[in-house]
Amino acid sequence: MTTPVTIRLQEADFDTAREVAAMSAGRTDVGAVVSFSGVCRGGVDGDAIDALTLEHYPGMAEAEIGRHVEEALGRWPLLGVTVIHRYGRIVPGENIVLVVTASSHRQAAFEAAEFLMDYLKTRAPFWKREDRAAGDTNWVDAAAHDDAAAARWTKS
Amino acid sequence: MKVVYFAWVRERIGKAEETVEPPAEVRTVGELINWLAGRGETYAHAFETPRVIRAAIDHAHVPPETAIAGAREIAFFPPMTGG
Repeated sequence: MTTPVTIRLQEADFDTAREVAAMSAGRTDVGAVVSFSGVCRGGVDGDAIDALTLEHYPGMAEAEIGRHVEEALGRWPLLGVTVIHRYGRIVPGENIVLVVTASSHRQAAFEAAEFLMDYLKTRAPFWKREDRAAGDTNWVDAAAHDDAAAARWTKS
Repeated sequence: MKVVYFAWVRERIGKAEETVEPPAEVRTVGELINWLAGRGETYAHAFETPRVIRAAIDHAHVPPETAIAGAREIAFFPPMTGG
């Protein structure tokens, strides 16, 4: 059977509990569901932000996430994958991204979720801009530790 | 060919997309970056540090040595910060 895959890019928020529940609804082969939620923080080092604005590359973002989901399906015995990534204005406390993976046993689900997040952060064409009061904006710099996290999945 | 820009590359250039016709000697993504950088102040600012610029051809990441022949859409953007 083909593994059910859901990839959604959307401006609106999503319901994490509903997405997690859907992963095992109506089936008895799933033994492990792992979810990761990325949430908008209110600022870094005491420097408060009003919001994040997420820009993305329509078309490529879906394609790139799809390529990484395909790779995850080839590496782990997954029974389901859901990736939802928001774009547009996101205020502190709101969801940014959700990855849900399902498998018979926990290890595959844990590892695949981490793999997908590491690649989403470094390869999926999204860019975060911090918006502060009085129209002050700042594009977030890529973090070297995110590149290192993605690099550890590279097959030798 | 169609060229698209994102994030601060887009802001510095002042447009999200355009159609460009580089001369025949511009063969690779890296050479296209150098050629674009010579089109004016806004472009020079956007491409002032070529090694940080990421590129995609037809929705797939490519390194700078990639040939641009046959490309429908070439994108330039900063390192990604999603997730």
